[in-house]
Amino acid sequence: MPSRTSDPEDPAAPAAPALSGRPLRDTARDGLKIVVVGGFGVGKTTLVGSVSEIRPLSTEEVMTQAGVGIDDREGVRTKTTTTVAFDFGRITLDDEMVLYLFGAPGQERFWFLWDRLFAGTLGAVVLVDTRRLADSWYAIDRLEHHGLPFVVARNNFDEPTHSLEQVRAALSLNPDVPLLDCDARKRESSRDVLVALVRHLHSLSHALEPTP
Amino acid sequence: MIRRPVDSGDPDRLYTVTGGRTRADEQAFDLVTLIVRESGPTPGMQSELVRILQLSERPVAVVELASLLDLPVGVVKILLCDLLDTGRITARHPQSSGRGRQLPPPETLKKVLLALQNL
Repeated sequence: MPSRTSDPEDPAAPAAPALSGRPLRDTARDGLKIVVVGGFGVGKTTLVGSVSEIRPLSTEEVMTQAGVGIDDREGVRTKTTTTVAFDFGRITLDDEMVLYLFGAPGQERFWFLWDRLFAGTLGAVVLVDTRRLADSWYAIDRLEHHGLPFVVARNNFDEPTHSLEQVRAALSLNPDVPLLDCDARKRESSRDVLVALVRHLHSLSHALEPTP
Repeated sequence: MIRRPVDSGDPDRLYTVTGGRTRADEQAFDLVTLIVRESGPTPGMQSELVRILQLSERPVAVVELASLLDLPVGVVKILLCDLLDTGRITARHPQSSGRGRQLPPPETLKKVLLALQNL
């Protein structure tokens, strides 16, 4: 079945995902979510695909709202339709837990649907391209607004020209937010980004535990 | 070939699939709620429902169904409400997440961490 990815310029994105090859275990009963956000072409689908046990699939959500505006006096109802396309993959963690990874564009209309789609997400990976750091500012701002923990991963297709300290300063990142390099094409590297995020979540959850 | 977005040009399709309904309880389904069928399709059943029952012989997430059916997530949730009402499917809702903005307990995150490190 032909399908559309949200990031058609992503070099490693598969053109036509087939029916997901590997079925889940019969005992699977606990779905978890991690979202990968970033600008257009930064490699979100590549990262999801390199670590997923299925080829990335894509889907979309549509939200239609009756609008208010100048047309109302004509008796014509206006409607705004917001469509957000996103890719996803999955990783079976054990007999019961399955982790779903969502690659989503960081633009404004995506955040409009955040609560509807991604409530209950464990945390986020912000994937950045140092040539276009400004693309990430909005996503980082929204994640902070939603109170969702995140890590920032710099995707390096080439040798990086800036130090991570320079990137941290340019993004005005809080010193507590983990920042690391990755190569989204490599499975181990993408896995390490997820490990960094979950380790960050783990330390946050420990800090939140009531002390006896 | 590029898939035509379902919301452009052919709004009738979505209207037809759902019978023009919205459901208040569709938000009971998360993107990663796992669906398992309890019984197979019956003759005369709507084709989208038949597809869902075919795809859910083993557990399958709501978002995977939406992708495989080429329908928006919200539409699939409405169809799933119908199947749940008639007992044809069961839904396994997320346990470790989905409770507002709270983090899962450290033990759960430790399990996730170990599983990822062993990939």
